[in-house]
Parts: sequence; C-alpha cells; structure tokens
Amino acid sequence: MLLFLLVSKLCRFSDMKLTVEFGGGLELLCNSVKIHNVNVELQSGAEKLTMKDLLSWIRTNLIKERPEMFMKGDTVRPGVLALVNDCDWELSGQLDTTLEEKDVVVFISTLHGG
Amino acid sequence: MDPDCGEASRILLQLETLKSTKTEIERQISALEAQLQEINLQHPNATVPNGSCPPVIPSVDSGYGHDLSPQMIYRYSRHLLLPAFGVQGQSKLLKSSVLVVGAGGLGSPALLYLAACGVGRLGIVDHDVVELNNMHRQIIHTEGFIGQPKVRSAATACRSINSTIQVVEYQEPLRTSNALEILSKYDIIVDATDNAPSRYMISDCCVVLGKPLVSGAAVGLEGQLTVFNYNDGPCYRCLFPTPPPATACQRCSDSGVLGVVPGVIGCLQALEAIKIASEIGEALSERMLLFDALSGRIRIVKIRGRSLQCVACGENAPFSKQQFQEFDYEKFTQSPLTPLPLKLKLLRADSRINTKEYKEKLVSGEAHVLIDVRPEHHFKIVSLPNSLNIPLPSLESRLPEISSALKEKEEHQGTDSGSGGRLYVICRRGNDSQRAVQFLHKMGFTSARDIIGGLEGWAHDVDPNVPTY
Repeated sequence: MLLFLLVSKLCRFSDMKLTVEFGGGLELLCNSVKIHNVNVELQSGAEKLTMKDLLSWIRTNLIKERPEMFMKGDTVRPGVLALVNDCDWELSGQLDTTLEEKDVVVFISTLHGG
Repeated sequence: MDPDCGEASRILLQLETLKSTKTEIERQISALEAQLQEINLQHPNATVPNGSCPPVIPSVDSGYGHDLSPQMIYRYSRHLLLPAFGVQGQSKLLKSSVLVVGAGGLGSPALLYLAACGVGRLGIVDHDVVELNNMHRQIIHTEGFIGQPKVRSAATACRSINSTIQVVEYQEPLRTSNALEILSKYDIIVDATDNAPSRYMISDCCVVLGKPLVSGAAVGLEGQLTVFNYNDGPCYRCLFPTPPPATACQRCSDSGVLGVVPGVIGCLQALEAIKIASEIGEALSERMLLFDALSGRIRIVKIRGRSLQCVACGENAPFSKQQFQEFDYEKFTQSPLTPLPLKLKLLRADSRINTKEYKEKLVSGEAHVLIDVRPEHHFKIVSLPNSLNIPLPSLESRLPEISSALKEKEEHQGTDSGSGGRLYVICRRGNDSQRAVQFLHKMGFTSARDIIGGLEGWAHDVDPNVPTY
C-alpha cells in the first residue's frame, strides 16, 4: 500500500494527463485530429506545468505542419483563443497559467466566414 | 429530327419567357411593397384593408394597458403566451430596430426570424448578387432571384413573411464612409459578414456608436457566436487586438461549408438579437458559443471582459468618429473588405501558358505530362483527361512519379529527346500551380509551366462544358 502511494506520488510529479483539443481549422496542423489525450512529462526538477511549457510540448509533439499557423514567438498566434477548462486563458494568467491533472486545454482559431 | 427534341426546346423557350416575366413581376411587387410601407409609416391609418392584408392599427394604447393591436395580438400570440416574454417583450421588440450586415449564410436565417418575430425596423446591408452556388445555405433567396441583388431578394422574402414591419435596403458595401450613418439608425447590429476587415470595422463602429453587436461566424463544419460591446462587455478588439495572418482566414468559397452550419449560427444570432431587444434572459456577452457540427458538440466558454488597454473601447483612448473614418481596415488585416479570389503572380511570363495555348498543345499532340495539384476531393469533382493528381503538399515526396511519367512520354514519342518532355501544372484558379512550378524549377524540372487561370480559366476560355465550383 505504501509502495503504491509512493509510486502514484512519483508518477504524479513526473507525468501529467491532459486533454488537448484543436478547433476552427487548427486541427489541420495535427493530421486533422481534434482531440488528443496526452501525457506530458514534467521537466526534471520542475514541480508544475504551465501553459508556456505545454505550448512548447505541443509544438514538438502534436503539430505536424506549418507551426507558424499555431504559434508566434513563445505564444499562440493572433486569432487563436486558448481556453483552459472552458475559460479564456487571459483570465488565468495566459502563459503562466498552471495546469492540473486532467485539465482540458482548447485552442480555437477564430472564424470569419459566413 | 427527333420530335421529342423539338418539344423539349419549345418547353424550354416557354419556361425562359415565363421566368423572365416572373422576375419582372416580382421586382414590381417588391417596389410597390416598399412604397406602401413608406406610406404606412407616414400615415398609419391610410392602409387599405383587403382579404389577405388586414389593416395595420396605429401604435396607440389599445385600452388594455398596452399598445398591441388585435392584429398584433393574434400574429404574435405564441410569444405573448410565454410568461418570460409576454406583452412587454413583444412591445419592446416591435419598437426595436436591428441591422443585419450580410444577407448570406448567416444573414439568411437571422433575417427570416427577425422579420417573422416582429422587429419594428429591419435593415439589410449587402452589395452582392444571388448566385446558384449560394442556394444550398443562403435559404432566404429563391431561384428566381439569381443574378439579382441579395438585398432586394432578402427584403422581398422578409416583407412576404411580415408585411407589418419596416424593411430597409442598403444595396452597397459597408465602408468607413457609410457605416456610421447606417449603423446609427439601429439599436442592435448583427454581424453576418464573411471577412476579417469587416468584422473589425463593424465592431469599432459599434464601439463608437455604443451599439450592441451580435457576432456570428461559420466555415466548414464549425461555427462561433458571441455578443460584443454589450453591458460593459468586451468588443472584438478586446478579444483579438492583433489581426490574424491573412493565410489563417478560411473562406467558404475555398474551404467549403455545410449549409446548415451557418444556418444554426444565424438562428442563434437572431435569438441573441431578440433577447437584447426585448430585454429578456442573459445575452451571450463575455461568453462564446463554439459549435462543432461533426462531433455534435456545443461548448460555451467564458471569455475575457472588456480590456482597459483596448485600442477601440479602452479607458485611455476610445475610438472617435474621425479616427474610425480614417482607419484603414484592409491594410490593418491585410485582406480586402469585399473578398475576391486571390490572383498571385509568382512566375515570369515564359514559365506560364494560357489555357488557349495549352489547348493548341493538346491539338498538336505535343508530348507532355499534366499535373493537377489540387486536393484529391477537388480532383474528384472535375478534372481534365489524362491529368495526374498530385496535391501540392505531397509534391515533394512524389517527384519520382513525375520523373517516370515524363520518361514514359519521351519514350512513347520516340525520336524527340533534345527538348525533353514538357511538364504542365494546373490547379483551380492558377495560384497553387504557380507555387508548384516554382518548387519544380528548384528541383530541376525546368520545363515546368503553369496554366494561367487554372480550370476556371479553362472552363471560361476553352471549354464551357467543364463545370466550375
């Protein structure tokens, strides 16, 4: 029992399960897959995962083409809304937003058509 | 001669004549309706009653403590039966005015519902004409109006649903020069346009005039909806201070759109406008509705509030009328207010041939390979005979295929080896074909040339039987 607790505690600190979703056309950059259930490894020594960390992880692991259509510098490109648990990341600290296990992070490209 | 054939052409001719007569009659009806409406508004008692159009009773107290006429009570009875809406809600709606910018996929259902529900004055702005490829989603228009202004078609439909409201037509593009004047005449603005510069311009104009804005968008199988500049909520620029790159803006004419998707969003836009006009419920301010038709999911997310640093509505520098009129929205967003198909010019003239020249090559039997770089689902709609479909993104990995196709042609031709087999590249409109030829030149395929204007050019100049889309 003690071992189990220890292992799960260790796992919690090294790995984080998240759901990452893309919409509004951004899914085209990830082989047209909209919903990704991912395990993001925390960098050694790090105790938390921020949106900044997640963005660079996504860029490396999920984006298959034209990364400039997703990011500009170290943040999302203009016209992309980032939502953490259905809430605009502007309200939670943008790049500094700290993520928790099982959070749902959505990236939506704004649409203009009609 | 086949007697059936003669009969068919006689019927076709008769249909043609009847259709043009019908169009003319519809135009006259529309004009007369507009005239009558003007008279009714000036002299509410002057309406002549007849069987189908009962008298419009002027807006005075009915003796029941409200100003709804017996006519109105009957017409809107199902609204009046709603405890949350009732006489009060309908009264406010009848006194309100809504402007819908764009009579397309979003504007069609929005206008139909706004006219039906009894918005007192309904304005429609659009500069476009009705086309056959609009019909699958722009449900306010009927086939008889193809080739005619969308505004006239939409206004006719609105008047035929509800002859008791005022419908105002603005058959012109919305610009900084006319936007202030037009928008200032309405209480609520509905953005049903299809491009980024219009969206920034309409939002800024609403900020300057202090009008709530119901904003909807739809492309492909997704839609988005929110309310801007309402109850101290954010404006479009609070949410998107920097415009997206022009390449990130998908358009229905390129990416496609399932007709019912803008239909759903347009209906929801009408709903938000009705809620604001009648002052019921909670408008979708500081929230955004995201509609994913394919997975059948609707998500409502919380978005940021008004930004104090906003260039348009912020504390320090709210936009003035003059600033608005001088702002260049096309430059700001790097896209035109009235989008036309992109026409790139990447290649020198000697790397291109026009469709008629290519036709001559075909007739003369010149050995060549024709590569079609459109996506596979475009190729399935229509393609030229003997063309090889290699979509632009996969061009690099499929270069060996091109080499072997060229070799085969040369061998087939036999003698001529000096010039090498010609390589022609075609796409839908002649932009991607230029990108492809640029790349092919770099990779050593120096004979590659693009066909100017693509399949659309071919259909226009060489073979009108080739369908366009």
